Amino acid sequence: MASVTKVFVPSDTTARSVGADGVAAAISAEAERRGRQIELIRNGSRGLYWLEPLVEVEVDGVRKAYGPVRPADVESLFEAGFLDGRRDHPSALGDTESIPYLAKQDRLTFARVGLIDPLSIEDYRAHGGFRGLENAVKLSGREIVDIVTESGLRGRGGAAFPTGIKWNTVLNTEAARKYVVCNADEGDSGTFADRMIMESDPYVLIEGMTIAGLAVGATQGYVYIRFEYPQAIRTMREAIERATAAGYLGDRVLGSDRAFHLEVREAAGAYICGEETSLLESLEGKRGIIRFRPPLPAVKGLFGAPTIVNNVISLATVPIILDKGAAFYKDFGTGRSRGTLTVQLAGNVKQGGLVEIAFGHSLRELLYDFGGGTATGRPIRAVQAGGPLGAYVHPSKFDTALDYEAFAQFGAMIGHGGLVVFDDTVDLGQQARFAMEFCAIESCGKCTPCRIGAVRGVEVIDRILAGENEAANLALLRELCDTMVVGSLCALGGMAPFPVMSILDHFPEDLRARKEERRAVGEVA
Amino acid sequence: MKGEFATTDEAAIRALAEARKQEPGALLPILHAIQDELGYVPEAAVPIVADVLNLSRAEVHGVVSFYHLFRTAPPGRHTLYLCRAEACQSMGARALEAYVRDKLNVDFHETTADGRFSLEPVYCLGNCACSPAVMIDETVHGRVTPERLDELLS
Repeated sequence: MASVTKVFVPSDTTARSVGADGVAAAISAEAERRGRQIELIRNGSRGLYWLEPLVEVEVDGVRKAYGPVRPADVESLFEAGFLDGRRDHPSALGDTESIPYLAKQDRLTFARVGLIDPLSIEDYRAHGGFRGLENAVKLSGREIVDIVTESGLRGRGGAAFPTGIKWNTVLNTEAARKYVVCNADEGDSGTFADRMIMESDPYVLIEGMTIAGLAVGATQGYVYIRFEYPQAIRTMREAIERATAAGYLGDRVLGSDRAFHLEVREAAGAYICGEETSLLESLEGKRGIIRFRPPLPAVKGLFGAPTIVNNVISLATVPIILDKGAAFYKDFGTGRSRGTLTVQLAGNVKQGGLVEIAFGHSLRELLYDFGGGTATGRPIRAVQAGGPLGAYVHPSKFDTALDYEAFAQFGAMIGHGGLVVFDDTVDLGQQARFAMEFCAIESCGKCTPCRIGAVRGVEVIDRILAGENEAANLALLRELCDTMVVGSLCALGGMAPFPVMSILDHFPEDLRARKEERRAVGEVA
Repeated sequence: MKGEFATTDEAAIRALAEARKQEPGALLPILHAIQDELGYVPEAAVPIVADVLNLSRAEVHGVVSFYHLFRTAPPGRHTLYLCRAEACQSMGARALEAYVRDKLNVDFHETTADGRFSLEPVYCLGNCACSPAVMIDETVHGRVTPERLDELLS
């Protein structure tokens, strides 16, 4: 008897953005036309985005990949016997797990992403899901916090603060009520790891947040998700409902006497709400204006109660630590950067996608071995690392290892692990202007250096590019950057000058009057 | 417009607010609910929501105006969110932006004369490995060229 063949077509936002739904429909129709029994599973993306839509077929328990597949290719795929795993088709890639881009990774947090049906609890469990939580319910809060501390896990949101230390503060603060808040307002350009977790493996985040709740005695959690991720919001809401029905959330987590409830809150489009205190204000129903610190959110956070605020990746990494132990996790990485980093290769890159890899690999390896250089085939001129507040990295620094401290040494940061690649046609003068413009648009307005400084920054850069008192305005720009860095209350105003200063330092040729050139391309009246 | 507001809408707004007022930090969920229902947050909603939550009108107005998502005028039938962030810029988003403004004959935050599209900037859709990206209502499209955008808009 012919068994039903499993066919996987990703349903994550990016796969769908390049046509995965059309491919799924075409495969269903073609199978029906031919009378072939298939089970079509909409998995998450493996993160090999240049190959999306990436179709997989399971043959004798091994998954074979085909990509990128267009709806028009589907008939020829059936003709070429792809349901039997045959390779005589131009899109055939062989065993998925053997594709070098994937094979060379250390997938811990992303172990299941792209592999499973995102909303299936059975599939999640079959791939090791909920083992961390099952261990955690047997432990005291103190024991859980100690394991997380021992693992060396640092916050993946940007500041890289040790997760265990933050949890310890919440644990040690006496209060009748405590909260766990997941910061899923991933607003940095070039990052999509959070979105992938929420759309492709939502239970791992639920599991991580529940463990956090058990660790510190919090009974209520919120996932604050940006409105720009509508699919992530839908998937998380559905997953929370199913996890609650199955007893993983609720008044008695896994039948224990400990409660944890979870709710999704939709953000409303303010970059600053990715800053933890602004996020808390927003969750309280106010304008997302930053709070002075101290008190720390760990002591006085949401509604005045001790609160863990962690990024998606940090929380989604907790289950594997509780499953396999602190030593297992700590074994990956280098120096004080332990475990794995989820690098997101974005922008003008040939092989863009997600690479989860132990800390310590060089930027060059990521950009060329994984990324394959630029999508346009031109030389890489600069890479912006760590989001819109991160430095533009010059090719002379490409041998730097991915390590928080190594990056900090030359004024750059790893942040959330996003790498945005630019080819040699980039106008870094315009990118410097954009950094200030972005800060002006997104400033919460609470402090003057950010609110006014960013507006003045745009004006000064405009004058430089127009050739007005160039030397004096360049000096003024540096002074303005210094003022913003030292005088701003939070990272938005305090770091928006970083990309500008990196361009001043490493690409000075782009921050000068280029009126003639720009007139030639029609940018100046 | 003020004064022309249908009482049914006022009743609907009050009902949406009442249904959520017990939630901790209820204001944002209420504003989302109003915008989901009506397409925008009308000026007339401010005093109603303030009344239900026992806040001042200034507090509610301050929140509505702080967040980019909330709009106080009816939008077009579809919203085109165009990503202006760096990853998309590196793949031609600036040119795409100029093309869209010209084609729709609107600037950001405006609605086309025929009421079909509102154009909004967005700073990252998380589609950065398939840049440039746009979102039409809730559907994201990647690797968007002017030609592809023409297809999407037609």
